Amino acid sequence: MKVKSLFFAVYRDRIGADELVLELPDGSTVADLAAVVRERAGGRLPEVVVTAVNQEYVSSETTLREGDEVAFIPPVAGG
Amino acid sequence: MHCEIVTQPITDLEGLMDRVRSDSDGAVILFTGVVRNHDAGRSVESLHYEVYMEMARAKLLDICRDVGADEDVGDMAVVHRVGDLTVGDVSVAIAVAAPHRDAAYRASRTIIERLKQEVPIWKRERYTDGEEKWLGGASPGTPNTPIA
Repeated sequence: MKVKSLFFAVYRDRIGADELVLELPDGSTVADLAAVVRERAGGRLPEVVVTAVNQEYVSSETTLREGDEVAFIPPVAGG
Repeated sequence: MHCEIVTQPITDLEGLMDRVRSDSDGAVILFTGVVRNHDAGRSVESLHYEVYMEMARAKLLDICRDVGADEDVGDMAVVHRVGDLTVGDVSVAIAVAAPHRDAAYRASRTIIERLKQEVPIWKRERYTDGEEKWLGGASPGTPNTPIA
């Protein structure tokens, strides 16, 4: 299944892309996706990372579905 | 409820206060976050704000809805500016109207505190020596198990 990953701020700088579409086995979790991303990024993504799927914060055990949008959220600093 | 993320300067603060006020409100509180010239002992020249737009808008609305449910307030408005800001610029304006001031003060405070904890917005500081750095911040959402 295809899943779109979004990167922001410091993660985007480290990964060198603001968006990646990746092919994953059905039933993959956010943790599985993060492991793939982390490898692609040469390890430059923290081991524990906050993620949002379709704009809701989720835990890394969350199962992904075709077409999901997963955002990797660095520590936020608004205001 | 009016929540907006803008790229242009936030200028009409009085208008924002007028917008939330109704005749049953005895208090209108305006909070503005402004860019200051120092952070952690360093001299700051400017800030760059980045945003996950759709989610940030949705989170701002969630926060205002929650606050509206918890406090006896009238209307609320939040405007956050993103992009390149310089010292003195307003980065965020929060207007809350309520029949009484206690609720207005609490609501205003809650909104900015939760915004800083939960809304996917990031800031990069540029210092007067030319260095740029993404600021650390809050980790929102649910706890994650470490990724293998």
